[in-house]
Amino acid sequence: MSAPETIAEARDALRKGDVTSAELTEGYISAISEAGALGAFVHETPDLAMDMARAADKRISEGDAPDMCGIPLGIKDLFCTQGVASQAASRILDGFTPEYESTVTAKLWRSGAVMLGKLNMDEFAMGSSNETSTYGPAVNPYRRSGDTEALTPGGSSGGSASAVAASLCLAATGTDTGGSIRQPAAFTGITGLKPTYGRVSRWGIIAFASSLDQAGPMTRTVRDSAIMLQAMAGHDASDSTSADIPVPDFEAALTGDIRGKVIGVPREYRMDGIPKEIDTLWQDGVRMLREAGAEIREISLPNTKYALPAYYVIAPAEASSNLARYDGVRFGRRAKSEPGDGILEMYEKTRAEGFGAEVQRRVMVGTYVLSAGFYDAYYNRARKVRALIKHDFDTAFDKGVDAILTPTTPSAAFALGSMADADPVQMYLNDVFTVTVNLAGLPAISVPAGQTEDGLPLGLQLIGRPWDESGLLNTADVLEREAGFVARPERWW
Amino acid sequence: MSIDTDTARRVARLARIRVEEDQLPALAGEFNAILGFIEQLSEVDVTGVEPMTSVTPQRLKRRDDEVTDGGYPKKVLSNAPDAREGFFAVPKVVE
Repeated sequence: MSAPETIAEARDALRKGDVTSAELTEGYISAISEAGALGAFVHETPDLAMDMARAADKRISEGDAPDMCGIPLGIKDLFCTQGVASQAASRILDGFTPEYESTVTAKLWRSGAVMLGKLNMDEFAMGSSNETSTYGPAVNPYRRSGDTEALTPGGSSGGSASAVAASLCLAATGTDTGGSIRQPAAFTGITGLKPTYGRVSRWGIIAFASSLDQAGPMTRTVRDSAIMLQAMAGHDASDSTSADIPVPDFEAALTGDIRGKVIGVPREYRMDGIPKEIDTLWQDGVRMLREAGAEIREISLPNTKYALPAYYVIAPAEASSNLARYDGVRFGRRAKSEPGDGILEMYEKTRAEGFGAEVQRRVMVGTYVLSAGFYDAYYNRARKVRALIKHDFDTAFDKGVDAILTPTTPSAAFALGSMADADPVQMYLNDVFTVTVNLAGLPAISVPAGQTEDGLPLGLQLIGRPWDESGLLNTADVLEREAGFVARPERWW
Repeated sequence: MSIDTDTARRVARLARIRVEEDQLPALAGEFNAILGFIEQLSEVDVTGVEPMTSVTPQRLKRRDDEVTDGGYPKKVLSNAPDAREGFFAVPKVVE
């Protein structure tokens, strides 16, 4: 038989004995070793992977096999993994080897999943192109047809997206603070789910903006996202914002039936300057869901245009506070001192050489908006606007909307380096359709739904009610089926 | 409002990030681009709106105030750039 392409196929093949986890894992280790040009894996753990795979095979043979048992995964470098380098793609965490395991990865390993290694990302998850990584950028396995220019896999979970799209693992973990799971998923033709804030524990995930960060699965299919989310989700006493509510059976929610569901289409997402193919894709998505029996309703989310500016106050403010811990004292890198340097010089030199330009910029913007005299004008105002943005969604859901359909991104993947001379705000515009969801704490998923004329993948985003990942996944599953996206990158690496 | 090089220098200092003098004008320019973008928020009528503190209206859980973890100083210090005799070591802070 041919190698399984999805978690669901692999699970079934493993249980039937058609393949072993050791065989699957060996195949991925070999694929990773040939894919250096993609820059997706930044710390490989082949020996650990084989040990985990053999242990998984033993469990499977004993009939004790949870769904994720024996499934080879890539893990974003933002997750702390015990004994394995975890440095958030930052120079300031050079050599950092955690003594503990993040809750999410611990849950995945307990369910028998196999770690192939750590995946590239933007430094501290700050970026939309993977270009702020200390390792250098991950590369999109897709290229424009007839062209060899290297494209971004998106960011910040760019390595995760590239690895899943190029079949270097069956699935990967990602994290999403403003779109960092969904935008790269859209750029690489895969599925990416950001759960409701609080559904998945943040403990042991290196923090960027704590009120926005949420981990989720990046997979090849919607069903795989349901299976993997099941293993990641649940209450954790170590994360005070983790929700103590039951976790439903997400895969069982995939009934394929969305008749009578109300899908909202927000008029404020029809923005000037959006490429025609994105708008066409959106209209196609509307048609597909209508043909599947959903009721389409135009809705208004009037404060949408203020989401990005509010985000670029709140996220840097939280980041400036979270990143204060990187001071060259407890972990990571410390700058060389010169004679006469005191502790202040040590802090300043350590942070100047340890943080890249974008991280420095955001930490300083955050410092500024929180500083005396500006706190009310910027930070508090942004938090009030955030309340209004959440209220917009609440109003739509109160009127009976079950899910909201939008494009995931305002463009397809762009060339690495093409934004180098743009001002920082131009890069921020990548998140225009995704960032509202983080501010409101909602679940949302990107599903590959079409391609540009030159063959690049495009994604559609579905936004769900709080805690309704089940309904969201079911609608996404239908959209996936109707869209019938089958493209795979042509191997050049 | 506009950020000048003095403000940029002050913010860098507050953030504990060394920025060389010749880099300050460029930094101030970037701040101005970002703050110009953020400035749109002033158009929004936020009268009577409470600042959002939590995305879900849940009260943070309470627990007894007792030690639940610890007792492994070696692990805690294992990633320190400089650790001596069971402590983090830093440049002299008191003359």
